[in-house]
Parts: sequence; C-alpha cells; structure tokens
Amino acid sequence: MKNILKFIFFVTVLTTTGFGSIASEQSQKLLNPGWSFKGFFGKFDRSSLQRGYQVYTEVCAACHSMKYLSYRNLAQQGGPEFSEDQAKIIASQFEVIDGPNSEGDMFTRPARLSDNFVGPYANDEAAKSANGGAYPPDMSVLVKARKGGASYIYSILLGYDDPPPDVSLEDGVYYNTYMSENKIKMPKPLSENLVQYSDGTQATEEQMAKDVSTFLAWAAEPNLEQRHKMGFRAVLYLIIITILVYFSMKKIWSRIETDV
Amino acid sequence: MSDHDYTPKSKFGKWFNDRLPLLTLRSHLTDYPTPKNLNYWWTFGGILTFCLIAQIITGIVLSMHYIAHADLAFASVEHIMRNVNYGWLIRYFHANGSSMFFLAVYIHIFRSMYYGSHKSPREVIWIIGMIIYFIMIMTAFMGYVLPWGQMSFWAATVITNLFSAVPLIGESITNWLWGGFAIGSPTLTRFYALHYLFPFLILGLVILHIWALHVPGNNNPIGIDVKQPSKDTVPFHPYIVIKDLFALLVFLLLFVFIVFYSPNLFGHPDNYIEANPLVTPTHIVPEWYLLPFYAILRSIPDKLLGVVAMLASIFVLVILPWLDTSKVRSAIFRPLYKQFFWFLIADVIILGYMGALPPEGTYLLVARVATGYYFVHFLIILPVLGYKEKTLDVPLSITEPVLEGSTNQSLGERANQ
Amino acid sequence: MSDQKKTKRRDFIFTASYTLGVVGVGAAVWPLIDQMNPDASVKAHSSTEVNISEVQPGQSITVLWRSKPVFIKRRTEEEIAKARQVDLKELKDPEKDEDRAKNPEWLVIVGICTHLGCVPLGNKGEYGGWFCPCHGSHYDTSGRIRKGPAPTNLEVPKYEFVDSNTIKIG
Repeated sequence: MKNILKFIFFVTVLTTTGFGSIASEQSQKLLNPGWSFKGFFGKFDRSSLQRGYQVYTEVCAACHSMKYLSYRNLAQQGGPEFSEDQAKIIASQFEVIDGPNSEGDMFTRPARLSDNFVGPYANDEAAKSANGGAYPPDMSVLVKARKGGASYIYSILLGYDDPPPDVSLEDGVYYNTYMSENKIKMPKPLSENLVQYSDGTQATEEQMAKDVSTFLAWAAEPNLEQRHKMGFRAVLYLIIITILVYFSMKKIWSRIETDV
Repeated sequence: MSDHDYTPKSKFGKWFNDRLPLLTLRSHLTDYPTPKNLNYWWTFGGILTFCLIAQIITGIVLSMHYIAHADLAFASVEHIMRNVNYGWLIRYFHANGSSMFFLAVYIHIFRSMYYGSHKSPREVIWIIGMIIYFIMIMTAFMGYVLPWGQMSFWAATVITNLFSAVPLIGESITNWLWGGFAIGSPTLTRFYALHYLFPFLILGLVILHIWALHVPGNNNPIGIDVKQPSKDTVPFHPYIVIKDLFALLVFLLLFVFIVFYSPNLFGHPDNYIEANPLVTPTHIVPEWYLLPFYAILRSIPDKLLGVVAMLASIFVLVILPWLDTSKVRSAIFRPLYKQFFWFLIADVIILGYMGALPPEGTYLLVARVATGYYFVHFLIILPVLGYKEKTLDVPLSITEPVLEGSTNQSLGERANQ
Repeated sequence: MSDQKKTKRRDFIFTASYTLGVVGVGAAVWPLIDQMNPDASVKAHSSTEVNISEVQPGQSITVLWRSKPVFIKRRTEEEIAKARQVDLKELKDPEKDEDRAKNPEWLVIVGICTHLGCVPLGNKGEYGGWFCPCHGSHYDTSGRIRKGPAPTNLEVPKYEFVDSNTIKIG
C-alpha cells in the first residue's frame, strides 16, 4: 500500500513538473489575468465568449480564418450560447461558395448554421501574399498550438512595445515582448474602444484581449465544460469503487491465515 | 501446462470441451498457483493487458472516423474532436492511453530487472517481452504520425531519414519506406495500415508471453522458487484477480484524471499546427517515452553509429539474461546490484531529460556521459557484479523463515536452485 | 465477529462492488456505441432548401436530402384528380392524397422504394406514377403502392413552403 502511494506521488511529481517545462525557452513570464475555465470546475464566462466572438469577427477575422468551427457551434451548449435564431442571423451575414448548380456553375449564397466559418481568403497562398509573406494562422486550435495557451495569446496581444535602442526591425516586423526572438509580423491589432461591445462593457485593450482569448480557448476546446463535468463524475466514481474493491480484496485475502 | 483434470459440469460443456478445451483452459487460469508474496509491482502485467485492449477498442472506434490522407487527416481528427459523439473523449483516451501504456511497460520491465525475472528459466518470457516492447515503440511512433501535425510530420521525417544511414542501400530503403521522395500521403496511409495491424501482433505475442510464463510460474519478490505450492501459492482467482483489479483501479484513477483534466499534458503544442513540409519546428521532439532513445541517438556524432547505438541500447536489454551473471535473482539480496539498479533508473531519467533539450553544450555532454554509463552498466557492471558481489543469504522458501538465522553460505546457495 | 455476520458483511461488499462495477462498465461502453450514431455535422445537414421556380406542370425534379433522393413533382390537374379518385379500399397502405400533398399541385416524396431500397423510375408503371425496376413495384400519382412487393407508400418527408419558390425539406 505504501509503495503504491509512493509510486503515485512519484509519478504525479514527474508529470506535473513536466518534461515540457524544462524545454521552456520562454524568456518572459506570461501575463495571466485569471481564466474562468481553468481548474477542475472551470467554466467559460458566457458573456465573455460573446464579446470575444465580437472581437474575433470585427478585428481578427479580416486575416485569420477559423475553418473548423461551424456557425451552429455558436448556439451549442458550453459555448457563447447565442440562441439558434441569433446564430442563424450571424451566419446569414456571410457569403459561402456553393455549387455546382444544374448549369454547372458555382454560386454564392448566405451561410447557414451547418456551414463552417467563412475565412477571409480563398486559400493559404492568398492569405500569405496579402500579409507580407506571413501566413496568419487559422485560429480553430491556436490556443492548443501555443505553449501557454490563452495566457500566451493574451500576452502577445498586450505585449507590443517600442523596440529597445539596440534592436532594429525590418519593414513589416514589429516588436513584441512575448514572441520568441521578440519579432512578430502582425501589427498591433487592438486599441482602446476599437470595438463597441453590444453589452456595453468598456472595450479596453485588456478587456478585448481577455474576451477574445477566452473565445479562442473555447474555439479550441468546445467540449471543455462537458469534459470537466464528466471528469468529476468519473473520478468520484473511481474513488468510490476503488475503496469498495480495496475492502473486497482485504476480505478475500483474510481467508489466508498468514500474510508473507 | 500442469496436468489438469477438469470435468465440465454440464453435458454441453463436456461435449464442447472435448472438442476445444476452452473450459479446461479457463480452469487452468483460475487455479493457476501464484506465489502469495507478490507485491504491487507484479500488478502491471494485468494493467498492461488492460491498456492493450483499451487501445485496440478506442483505436478501432477512432478508425471509423479518421481519414488517412495528407489533405484530410488533421481535419478528420478535428471532426472527431468536435462532431463525433464523445469523439473528444475517445481521442483523448487513446492518445493518453499510449503514454499510460508506456508508463506501465517501463515499470513492468524495471520490476523484472530488479527481482531477476529475466533470469533462468524465464529468458524466453523476457525476450518475447522485448519483442513486444519493440513493436509497441513502432506502433506508437506510427500512431503519432497519423494526426498529421507538425510534430507528426517532422518526427517521422527525422526517424525515417535514419535509414539513409545504411551504407549503399540506405536511400533506396528510405524511399521505399516513404513511398516517395519525402514523407507524404503514401507514407501516411501505410503507417495507418501498419498501426492498425501491429497491436494484433502484440496481442498474439502477449498470449505467448503468458503461456511461457505459466511453464515455470511467476517469479516473486525474494526470487526463490516455489517449494510447496500448497503453502507458497494461492490460486489466481480470486486472490490475484482482485489484487490486479484494485491496482488497475488506482492506475485508472491517474489515467482518467489526466484524460479529463489535463489531456494535453504529454502532448506537444506544435502538433496542433497542421503539417507543413516547408517549415521545420524549432525543436523536434518525440513523445516522452522515446526521449531516452532520442538522447542516445543524438549523442553520437556519426549518423550511422548513432542509429547503431540506439538499436544497441535495446539489444543489450534483449541479451540481459546472459549479461547478468548473478546466481541470485532478487535485488533484495544483492545490495550492490540494488545500488546500481537505482543508478540505472537515474541514468535513464537523465537521458530522457536530455532528449527533450537541444543537443548542445552541457546538455550534449551530459547526454554522452549518460549514454556511456548506460552501456557500461549492461556490458561491464552487470557481468562483473555477478561474479564479484557478495550476496545476502536467501530464505529457504517463501513461507518458511530462514533456518534460525543461519548464515551458512552453502545453505543459502542451495536455496537458490 | 460470528461467522454469519462475517458472511453477511462479505457478501455486501462483493455485491456493492459488482453492482458499481456493472454501472461503470455500462458508462464506459456507452460512448463507444454512441459514437456510431449520426454525428453533429451530419445532424446539421438535416434540412435542404430547394428552388422550385423552374419546375413546369407535369415535370419532376430529384434532389438530395440527407443523402437520399427526393422527388418533387409538379402535378397536372389530371394527375391530381386521378390521385383523389382512388378508393382507399383498393390500397395496400391506405392513405388519402389530401394527407400526402397539402398543396395538391406539389408532391414531395422520398424516392426510395419501400421494398428493398432501389430508386423507382418516374412516368412509368401502370398507375401513372413510378415503377421500381428491381422487383416490379408500381406507385400511383400520389406515390402510393398499387401493385408489387413494396409494403408501404413512398415516404412523405417533413417539408414546408418557405415562400412560393422555395421548399424546405426536413
């Protein structure tokens, strides 16, 4: 029994200190405003998700696609939870290429709930060429694709600064405290009151950065809340049945007179 | 198999058992005499069987939705995560299941090494085990390629490029493996086919592994043979079944915790970036369970010799029963070997850490020293220890206490037979 | 502790473990089964909108709905009358034409023979409707089975007129 506990402790220490952390190159500690979705009982803040969607659509979607999301996701449980009608209206504001029709031509039509998010460019090459050779990454799983996750995105958005005197940057390259090598090709996207939040919240840079990072975190993990809920039940169940089986084991082994 | 007289109770049972003795087999397995002093380190065989079956089931289910084509693979995995009912759960279970599988296999292997389960007469069990381990590595490697992320693509590129180190025919072999002139869709589809196949090879080998085990029976913590089955052993069912079940539940607790609360703990963020043949990630790393091999590979400056060293590090394990010359099985009675065993563990962990770091400067030096020490352990220390080590007296039997504290060396040695 | 009490305690712990175990196995197995059910993206495509402005009287178009063929037929006065005059007693699967086509000019039916699933051919057969070449089922101008091995009428899916030019199926 003691050995088992030692083992669990050993493994927990190993895994939580993590092999990842030693390979860390992060020179700067990331900004962390606190995320409602972290932790065992973490949930997404609905209004933050809706504001974050607004920031994404009005600011980021000009260059960044989100191809693995569908408009119907905006209405599903665990997300921004727009009503189905609101989501339909949102979808219908975008044009989708469909076809061929019976004449063999492609045509455009307003998007439906079942369509994936319409991206700003026809393909990756168009995206790169419109952005000085740098491809604005698709944001569907961006939060999972960067070490530091939502905090990393948040930090980048707020991390623009004047370069120190000894650093010179080429055209189209900007200084950012949290990028590796401090260089980024995206110009600073956020500024005070850039967006007029429909719920009246003050659109400070920090607010927009937090909301859009929350939205992106949801986009990458739309099932997070269900996962946490199921996880709680699964862990609780396992603890109970482990205890029951432990006592069953003791009962069975008590049939042998001596323990060696 | 021990002579087993089992008569089925029902008529149908008799009729069937006469034609295919499954009921006799079941009776053998339930009655199988197991040493009663096994500790929890012996529960990992059962845990591994669970892991194998869980991976096969979740894998087959995932394969109903996954598409093995370079243009569609990444999207199909996202489809599983977002659209397939419970797809996210099955995918996270399968991906983390791989890590849990290797965690269990390492504990299982090191348990064998500590208690001498690799020694006579269990050499074939050990070798089959090593073959299983090798196929596990290949299966896991190919499985990691399937999501077609940046790490999938580039780790595959690096490892398959190793084959070009073979003199003369190296490049042909590599192109043959790739099905092209670089990693691409043909590579992906064949990796998928083989990734589906190999676990069933493992399943067959596991059956052989258990069969070979049942000939001499299990080893035990004090490493001496069973003298009197009625006193030294318990029937597998229910005693060992319930103990294995308890251990499995504790293991599952950890597994489930990771799946639900930290499912990307063992993964690399770069694998959520779609594979791009034109952009190499800054640091290419395999999954954690392959890191020690990666460190050994990179510590040798020559490409071919690096591959040879990497393969040799597994080969020395295969021939371990002949390298470890000690007549005493269990490390409990081998105080020096015990120390060196823990040094080996530390060495392997250090190698693992170095595998995750860039092979430069101090890191490279440490990796080289650790690699050297690894081979020194197996090729020099173990054979020498066998002859030179003064072992402690071994008890006469599992249940019998040591004869009145006798330190008669010959008595102890006799007990080892 | 008396032996009897011991037995009782022992049985309880085993029963409790078994029961909880079965519950756990069931909970673990369910996702493995449910994953084969239609996934979210398939369910999202459960309705299709069709533009019917170009369909002439007497003409029929075939569209895909939930990966199945659907016949949309603009019926002539004759065809409507023929459908409405049929005595229900003659039908294997009695159904009034009024119940099958609320707007009598438009017949919307799933083009899958209710026998074994082939796609029937239009303007064929002895009843002025459809004929299935696989095993010889005849359907009338309301898509009802009149002769042959098919057990039921061609299915009428849920549909509505979004406007005078568009039908939404599903």
